[in-house]
Amino acid sequence: MSAYLPHTSDDVAAMLAAIGAPSIEALFAQVPAGLRERARLDLPTGLAEPELRRRFEALAARNGDAVVFAGGGMYPHDVPAVVDHVLQRSEFATAYTPYQPEVSQGTLQAIFEFQTFVALLTGMDVANASMYDGASATAEAVLMARRVLPGRRTVWLSRALHPHYREVVATYVQALDDIVVRELPWNAEGRTDAAAVAAKAADDTLCVVAGYPNVFGVFDDLSALAGAVHRVGGLVISVTTEPLALAVVRPPGACDVDIAVGEGQSFGLPVSYGGPGLGLFATRDRLVRSMPGRIVGETVDARGRRGYVLTLATREQHIRRERATSNICTNQGLCSLAVTVYLSMLGRRGLQALAARNHAAAHDTAARLARAGLAGVFAGPFFNEFVVRVPDAPAVWERLARNDGLVAGVPLGRWYPELSDALLLCVTETHTESQIARLVDVLAAAAPPARARA
Amino acid sequence: MHDEPLIFERGSRGRTGWDVPASTETVALPAELRRDDDLAGFPEVGELEVLRHFLRLSQWNYSAATGMYPLGSCTMKYNPIVNEAIARLPGFARLHPLVPDHLAQGALAVVAELEDWLKAVSGLDAVCLQPAAGAQGELLGMLLVRAYHRDRGAKRTRVLIPASAHGTNPASSALCGYTVTELPISERGTLEPERVAEAMDDSVAALMVTNPNTLGLFETEIERVAALVHERGGLVYMDGANMNALMGVARPGDMGVDVMQFNLHKTFSTPHGGGGPGAGPVAVRGMLADYLPVPRLVRGPDGLRWDEQPGKSVGRVRSFYGNFGILVRALAYMLRLGGPGLRDVTRYAVLNAAYVRAQLVGDFHLPYDAPSMHECVFSDRLQQSSGVQTMDIAKRLLDYGFYAPTIYFPLVVKGAMMIEPTETESRETLDEFVAAMRAIAREAREDPARVRAAPHTTRVGRLDETRAARRPVLRWRPPAQAPGRTKEN
Amino acid sequence: MNIPGELRYTKDHEWLRVEGDIGEVGITDFAQDSLGDVVFVELPAVGARLTRGATFGVVESNKSVSDLFAPVSGEVVAVNDRLAEQPELVNQSPYQDGWMIRVRIGKAGELGELLDAAAYEAHVASEHHG
Repeated sequence: MSAYLPHTSDDVAAMLAAIGAPSIEALFAQVPAGLRERARLDLPTGLAEPELRRRFEALAARNGDAVVFAGGGMYPHDVPAVVDHVLQRSEFATAYTPYQPEVSQGTLQAIFEFQTFVALLTGMDVANASMYDGASATAEAVLMARRVLPGRRTVWLSRALHPHYREVVATYVQALDDIVVRELPWNAEGRTDAAAVAAKAADDTLCVVAGYPNVFGVFDDLSALAGAVHRVGGLVISVTTEPLALAVVRPPGACDVDIAVGEGQSFGLPVSYGGPGLGLFATRDRLVRSMPGRIVGETVDARGRRGYVLTLATREQHIRRERATSNICTNQGLCSLAVTVYLSMLGRRGLQALAARNHAAAHDTAARLARAGLAGVFAGPFFNEFVVRVPDAPAVWERLARNDGLVAGVPLGRWYPELSDALLLCVTETHTESQIARLVDVLAAAAPPARARA
Repeated sequence: MHDEPLIFERGSRGRTGWDVPASTETVALPAELRRDDDLAGFPEVGELEVLRHFLRLSQWNYSAATGMYPLGSCTMKYNPIVNEAIARLPGFARLHPLVPDHLAQGALAVVAELEDWLKAVSGLDAVCLQPAAGAQGELLGMLLVRAYHRDRGAKRTRVLIPASAHGTNPASSALCGYTVTELPISERGTLEPERVAEAMDDSVAALMVTNPNTLGLFETEIERVAALVHERGGLVYMDGANMNALMGVARPGDMGVDVMQFNLHKTFSTPHGGGGPGAGPVAVRGMLADYLPVPRLVRGPDGLRWDEQPGKSVGRVRSFYGNFGILVRALAYMLRLGGPGLRDVTRYAVLNAAYVRAQLVGDFHLPYDAPSMHECVFSDRLQQSSGVQTMDIAKRLLDYGFYAPTIYFPLVVKGAMMIEPTETESRETLDEFVAAMRAIAREAREDPARVRAAPHTTRVGRLDETRAARRPVLRWRPPAQAPGRTKEN
Repeated sequence: MNIPGELRYTKDHEWLRVEGDIGEVGITDFAQDSLGDVVFVELPAVGARLTRGATFGVVESNKSVSDLFAPVSGEVVAVNDRLAEQPELVNQSPYQDGWMIRVRIGKAGELGELLDAAAYEAHVASEHHG
């Protein structure tokens, strides 16, 4: 007997009799004996549940509980208790892809609501049922552009796009001979240089991919980028790592964007050391049949009752196989439920208020740092994340983490050599006034005296 | 049963479920950047309203926790509740991925230990936990294959895939720029070395094989097949979706497999979540390890740390380190069972499948009758004379309180019903399932119309999928936005 | 099964109605019946150049995707826009309202390579039983 296995010896005997096999081992006779002999697992025996819990509590305790002012693709936000309660409902958590819609209406209606939330938030027409994460959603958006505009070669990635996202795009297209990835510079505002796009975009431009907000927390000028790219017939893909910003900023759909993708973790999911989050993916009606991923649609049953089904399935791998729009199968279903419950809880007013609070907290912190002599690096409009110049930033960051239990954002030198003296800071509603005051104090102390209080 | 409108159709202006203290400052964005639609369409609902809405929806779902879910190839086993509590420990859930490694030693220890367990189960040398699901693992695996050949200056353009393969295999190969050559399977239902030898030449990059295959059959010739592929310089990729049949019984590394993906949401019990999040770690033989994505976990003098040096890596497949919360659950499952327990999982998974199969033979047609492992594939051939098809049998099972098997897959079986009971179902539950299947077989003879019209007891009847695809309605729209469409209901 | 005598056919189940130098193209009654409910038809733009035997579009039913193969080479001069809103016309009226494209026939010689109704009927019968 082992954990989770209900078989008694009587059960096994009766089952073997029904099968007509002398032993369980006999059921494996088809596996070559040599393989079976070598397969012995040299692994410890199992733990009882209380031991198991203690083991993991000890592991979890080895992770420091520092005060963290880092975003960089994953954002700490408070989560209403209702969200996790719903996620823990086994009826949602332990179902699979809703292949039998008659007994999956809960999952299906929730996905339909998720698609609606993503479409409303991004200002786009349609959204899919989620992708793995923001980075792979970005790569899938580039592949989608390639299906929409076959023959076009150049993918322009803003260098102000999160480096993980750029790396994932490069990974996904590395085997495709017809695609070349090139990078666009940012300007003094920390925005993707729209003038550079206008100068470089040409007939072979497949798409331009820019962050909204970008990796510096700054909003790119999507409308300007779209103007430049559409003139040469390419597509614009916007990438949002912090979707809370979209509650107050002009949505991609109103900026002439063709595909809007992003990371949805901010809406109801813990940062959980980087995952699971989920990829958001939205586009225009005219492009929907090129969109990757699962999609739920509304329909009726034989008696005219409203219901929901997986639809447009012929785009997918199980039917189109090597010609599918994507190889994606399982996505991030339960995470999309978290987003749906979270956005329902906050609703229109809650989301607007929360976004305003994040914006205010970050701008207030930036102003205090500036007064302490630590100037912002970029002049562009930002949301809850910003870049400050701190002399000897990596060492300061390391020292504060070791000695003060404070993670002062992300040292940008790890991603951008030219920004080795800069920290990317994120302030959200989870940070208390005293924590923020401490951040300002310790960073100010790290600034050279001559410049402090300048 | 209650009807439940869309959340957007509920609520009242001004209501919210989450009171955020109002900010004293207004949002100081340039006018051209400000959102001007006041989030039109967003619901305004209270906390209890939200809770009721989603709990009602939950009750319309069938799930592995509420009943047997014999969905072949998906391994819908029990998902231990304790793992949910463990993954939610604040030390894991609230750990930001960009903290310095010395503040994440517990998380890194989880990663290291899970890598070690997966190496032991696979018999392979290195593991990457980054892929978010099986299909992403496949994509990564095939990118590794491509990088390996490219480094050796070999121009290889084809991938061999058996006709019985899952659709993600050809889709992943295509993403890697490979053309797919489909291999026929034998009358027995497995790969034949002769067919592989015929198809194999210097243009083949890899053979992609699922073992046990999608018919639930162990590929008995796998060692010879792998040797044939290796002789001509190719690599063997194994889709590890069916590892539940192999733990402690056969290691892919011993079979000659060079690279494989696991599906932690299948074999290692992490909840399927209505379609994710999963995790699709990739295990490889040593010569492929240098191509794995960055960052790689390494052991240094100060403990574990991430190494970001790209070297020969094919690059990242996603942000950060993977679906960490899922990795925690999978490791908890493995530690709870231990090595002997994992072996028992496989033993009882195969026992359960053999038990169900033995009792359904006769009532349903078994197109491939070689001994199967953790799942078995029947067809609707015996029901055809009464006009009852696989789809009808599946729908009728819902009336009997069971989820349906995987249907119409694998494609090599017409009207396939792929049944995977998993090891966590008790003998009594299996008996009930068998009784339901037999009752449906009887109904198909005596009252086929009743089966064809099933389901009769679910919240909605069969849904009009043609209508959904011809006139796609993929979202709710605020009333003013609705383009001349009258609302059904 | 309806196989009009005045049309020409391909082994891939497209039909061609010739009027002067214009050929109208659709899929046969047999094809629409085998596919089941057609939910989407993807067609080329007017002006596209077709090569005999090459794919010119895709027809999707609920459960399958099938390529459409050009029965003759030539230039697309018209596309049935109604199919975008009403793909079911392919099922309801495969030889009339469900037409897909009109082509200016580039190589009249290719017409001789198409099947007549009797040959197509025999082809369907052999495929069906073979």
